[in-house]
Amino acid sequence: MTATPTIVLIGHGMVGQRFLEALADRGMTGDAARVVVLCEEPRPAYDRVQLTSYFSGRTPEDLSLVEADFIEKHGIELRLGDPAETVDRATRTVTARSGFTVQYDQLVLATGSYPFVPPVPGKDSAGCFVYRTIEDLLEIEEYAKNVSSGSVVGGGLLGLEAAGALKGLGLDTHVVEFAPRLMPVQVDDGGGEALRRTIEDMGVTVHTGVGGKEITAGEDGAVTGMELSDGSRIDTDMVIFSAGVRPRDQLARECGLEVGERGGIKVDEQCRTATDPAVFAIGECALAVDGRVYGLVAPGYEMAETAASAIAAQETAGFTGADTSTKLKLLGVDVASFGDAHGNAEGCLDVVYADSRSGVYKKLVIGQDGTLLGGVLVGDAEAYGTLRPLTGSVPPVSPEQLVLPAGAGGPVSIGPSALPDEAVICNCHNVTKGTIRAAVTEHSCGTVPEVKKCTKAGTGCGSCVKALTTLVNDELELNGITVDKGLCGCFPHTRAELYEIVRTLRLTSYEDLLASHGREEAKDGDGCEVCKPAIGSIIASLAPTLGASGYVLDGEQAALQDTNDHFLANLQRNGSYSIVPRIPGGEITPEKLIVIGEVARDFGLYTKITGGQRIDMFGARVDQLPRIWARLVDAGFESGHAYGKALRTVKSCVGQTWCRYGVQDSVRMAIDLELRYRGLRSPHKLKSAVSGCARECAEARGKDFGVIATSNGWNLYVGGNGGADPRHADLLAQDLSDAELVRLIDRFLMFYIRTADRLERTSAWLERIEGGLDHVRDVVVHDSLGLCDELEALMADHVAHYRDEWAETLDDPERLARFVSFVNAPDAPDPSVRFVPERDQMKPDLDLLAGPTLPVRTLEGTVAR
Amino acid sequence: MTETLERPLTTGTIELRTDRGWLAVCAPSGLVPGRGVAVLLPDGGQAAVFLDRAGRPYAIGNRDPFTGAYVLSRGLTGSADGRPYVASPLLKQRFDLETGACLDDASVSVPVYETRVAPEAAAAA
Ligand SMILES: Cc1cc2nc3c(=O)[nH]c(=O)nc-3n(C[C@H](O)[C@H](O)[C@H](O)COP(=O)(O)OP(=O)(O)OC[C@H]3O[C@@H](n4cnc5c(N)ncnc54)[C@H](O)[C@@H]3O)c2cc1C
Ligand code: FES
Repeated sequence: MTATPTIVLIGHGMVGQRFLEALADRGMTGDAARVVVLCEEPRPAYDRVQLTSYFSGRTPEDLSLVEADFIEKHGIELRLGDPAETVDRATRTVTARSGFTVQYDQLVLATGSYPFVPPVPGKDSAGCFVYRTIEDLLEIEEYAKNVSSGSVVGGGLLGLEAAGALKGLGLDTHVVEFAPRLMPVQVDDGGGEALRRTIEDMGVTVHTGVGGKEITAGEDGAVTGMELSDGSRIDTDMVIFSAGVRPRDQLARECGLEVGERGGIKVDEQCRTATDPAVFAIGECALAVDGRVYGLVAPGYEMAETAASAIAAQETAGFTGADTSTKLKLLGVDVASFGDAHGNAEGCLDVVYADSRSGVYKKLVIGQDGTLLGGVLVGDAEAYGTLRPLTGSVPPVSPEQLVLPAGAGGPVSIGPSALPDEAVICNCHNVTKGTIRAAVTEHSCGTVPEVKKCTKAGTGCGSCVKALTTLVNDELELNGITVDKGLCGCFPHTRAELYEIVRTLRLTSYEDLLASHGREEAKDGDGCEVCKPAIGSIIASLAPTLGASGYVLDGEQAALQDTNDHFLANLQRNGSYSIVPRIPGGEITPEKLIVIGEVARDFGLYTKITGGQRIDMFGARVDQLPRIWARLVDAGFESGHAYGKALRTVKSCVGQTWCRYGVQDSVRMAIDLELRYRGLRSPHKLKSAVSGCARECAEARGKDFGVIATSNGWNLYVGGNGGADPRHADLLAQDLSDAELVRLIDRFLMFYIRTADRLERTSAWLERIEGGLDHVRDVVVHDSLGLCDELEALMADHVAHYRDEWAETLDDPERLARFVSFVNAPDAPDPSVRFVPERDQMKPDLDLLAGPTLPVRTLEGTVAR
Repeated sequence: MTETLERPLTTGTIELRTDRGWLAVCAPSGLVPGRGVAVLLPDGGQAAVFLDRAGRPYAIGNRDPFTGAYVLSRGLTGSADGRPYVASPLLKQRFDLETGACLDDASVSVPVYETRVAPEAAAAA
């Protein structure tokens, strides 16, 4: 052995990356060892488990598993796109495709699996794909643009994910499964039947008990259809093979390492190959001591830790086998199986609940002594987060109660608090309840995101996040760590609670609310700059329903608004204001453009096109605002609410009308949406966009609610954000008609307004709210809380009562009287608002304002309290 | 420095004291409690005048020392530990309405002006 040993890793997949992290944790990187990684794919390790989320908006970069400076910080040599071609164990040399060679002291194989493609004629035709890498998905996406139907061979976990993806791409979708039911490995016949109904309800055609016999292709070599084993035929333009995976053990075979009869590199408990103590194999390419090859990521992670410990000469428990619980990650389908799902243990009993109408099937396998051995959940996998960790113990309530729906059998939901400390809550990262509790008590994590970061729990497939959230909150409470969730020093309630108070008690006055619900010490005070606008906004968004005035500057309301809302314009750094008239959907006539130009010229305003497809005019004094708006309103403009925490714009691309790629009229939809939601006051600003095709020119996935046209209607994405903290919006529902789309947005926005914190954009709200996107989908799509009628009614009230704030202001001399620079000299302009020339326009004269000292501060930086 | 009032006055004139004497601002009804107005001073300077919930008037300099802009009259008022303040509409620093001290940066303050509510008939002294 050389002074610093060389560790070579072949394969930078999920398990490979985990192995590198485990090495780093054990101090085996940097100066301690030279680490060389050969990576076949063109990009570093990414989250293959979440691969399908690419189709709901996650970019390849989002999927990356490698933190920005990880490789560099640990001095790892990562060779992208350079696979290992040969291993010479005698000289301990690996040769890569590029000709690069390296000598190792320890070699780790983490080459994963390859998708198995059954040897049917025509399998190499154009339009045949597998579903394993980001590159596969990019190709599938490209090909799907020009075809109308697709089939998936294989009805297992991955096959169904692939089918969901094809459906999402707007294709007529088929699934062909050789076994008599879908997901044959995970679910039993009863579950398979319930699952089939759910999948068929999504519009996917299911063929079970048949196999693909031949792929037929046209003269151009492209797929035209598939012949099935029962003699029938599917007309289809593309085929995805998802008929299982095989360990990638070719390299190992070629260098004489022992492999299993059905593949897989044989390893011992330490993940050392049976043949050569200097060579390890981990992840999907390894055949573990229990004689199994694991096709899941959690066991792979365990192997990675085991091998790293062995290399660092640390004690390890070794890898002897693992749990194969799984939960399907398919939009709108709940399927989970855990433990001994098929009831293979001797003498075990099944407890089954089935409701074929609603497609719910639940089965628990109970041992003779009452221990929970495993189960299958279809249609309602809510309990998965609790039941899986309970596996192997006797549940605290009877099994019947665990499967019966709420209301039918008493205390169904035993929370995760009933679990023992050793229970594994996060299967992906093998995190126990005890570890999660310790994160709160010992590492003082005070929020779920902090606990996720600290323990990694919940950062894999995400199925445990619900249980995790409950646990963290329980633990915080138990330790008396009451995070004061109050809005500010005046109110002990959150914004969402205050919304409920205002709504149910029909309060329309801030003073009444402060007197009845303020903190004792604040009741007689003057409130503060935090709660006043927040409550002003709540009252404004509920005004039509409460019967209050919708005009934000009426009576006491006027004193609650930030200066922007107070003057219905945006305050700029020198005390002047900017003006943004509404230009719905970014569509504007030449006449109106001319009016904007004339107004800007006549008042000497600086003009700039905004990112939201409108025109901003800067540099108006308070006393000029009414005169400017009089001309704009006269020309048919109305307030653009650029100053408010309200809907800003609905941006659009030009759409089907002009664009040769467009599949829907995106401009019309954008205008409809903008006019519907204009003036809606919300916890923060709301941005939207509508794209006329999947090319997404309007950048809808960067918006709070974004709409993208499909050939069948519209896909709705929510929770997107640009700015400092970019986030791609998540797919909420697909292929909606116009009416369905509008109804869903109505519900979504009202639910957000109701439950978000002050100044919490939809993106942060989605990340924070318990249950996340799934919960929001349950509430607004499946109406799980029975709220939808009310949410729709609230929005209908808003739409019916909308009035243009500027037109109203101009109509009322009393309101206009407010727009003066000086109360004692109404006609005097403000001498401090001056401008100097800049690139043919003008800019604020800041020298005039600068006194002896002007401390530098960022605009975002509010003062810490 | 401020007149103490039992009840908000609805008549009379709010005045503030400059070095040249009392200056009429406006009637109390011209101010919304919790909201300010700007006043042009005889020397060309600017003051910001506020009314609290109880109807007491306050006056401070209108210039926000952090940005140089004359905007404090457009901030939102509030109270902390029973003391009234205004938060700058630009970067949100708070200023005590009675002393002019910045609550978020002890090294900064703004001028304060004495105020009173003069009965209807009284002319500026
Ligand atoms: C769509 C999809 C959904 C999934 N969902 C789940 C799920 O919900 N739950 C779950 O537990 N698991 C799921 N899995 C399985 C999970 O992704 C795998 O278990 C996991 O990726 C295995 O990690 P690995 O590192 O062993 O293999 P991989 O992640 O496949 O990595 C192996 C890497 O090695 C590279 N490689 C191979 N040969 C060489 C060579 N000679 N030289 C250099 N590099 C080489 C490959 O290119 C690859 O990048 C899913 C898989 C897919 C495809
Ligand atoms: S179980 Fe997959 S992330 Fe926790």
